[in-house]
Amino acid sequence: MILEFIAIIIVALCLLIGSIFSLVGVIGLLKFEDSMTRLHAPTKVGTIGVGAFLLASMVYSSVYGGGWSIQELLIMSFLFVTAPISANFIAKVNMHKRACETPPPPVNDETWATYKVPEDNLPEPDTKSA
Amino acid sequence: MSFALGFMNIALVISFVVVILAQIMSMIRLVIGPGTGDRILALDTMVVNAIALVVLLGVAQGTRIYFEVSLIIAMLGFVSTVAYARFVLRGDIIE
Repeated sequence: MILEFIAIIIVALCLLIGSIFSLVGVIGLLKFEDSMTRLHAPTKVGTIGVGAFLLASMVYSSVYGGGWSIQELLIMSFLFVTAPISANFIAKVNMHKRACETPPPPVNDETWATYKVPEDNLPEPDTKSA
Repeated sequence: MSFALGFMNIALVISFVVVILAQIMSMIRLVIGPGTGDRILALDTMVVNAIALVVLLGVAQGTRIYFEVSLIIAMLGFVSTVAYARFVLRGDIIE
């Protein structure tokens, strides 16, 4: 009884924390002025927001759904793994579209890969093996 | 016990409203742009908010049948974000 009470309170707190972080992240997405700073804000939605919702769902199903469920951990780990990759791709799109300031030059190469244009004297593309 | 259940129901309603607001606000960012990266980012945020909505629906109805739905939305959202970004970067999705 007291355990159920604590579990329900934990569920409610997790829901509130998740909704606060979702709101903060999306307000940042709307309010920030630069493309790269806008990239920073919605990561809160993806990690803590959905993470807290999934934690609430786990605790709730441990009380009412008959035992702990592992599927939420799967969703959570998938989101946590794929968020940096998509953020990296969107940052590369911003650089490619010149939507941000040019970053300082890289140490080992002469320019960034997305800024690199093909040289004029490239060999003719092999049209037969297309 | 009824106090706890009432508190949880209020929290559930608040989080539904907040996630729907977040969905609408990222839709505004999707419309006003101004760049391609911002639009891709807004679509990515909308996918994450859709996962949150499905999870909240599962909590509200007390069932477990929505986990596959949210897992598939997560996978397709990641793949579609990468596909958009690669189309902008390379002019092609699969080279």
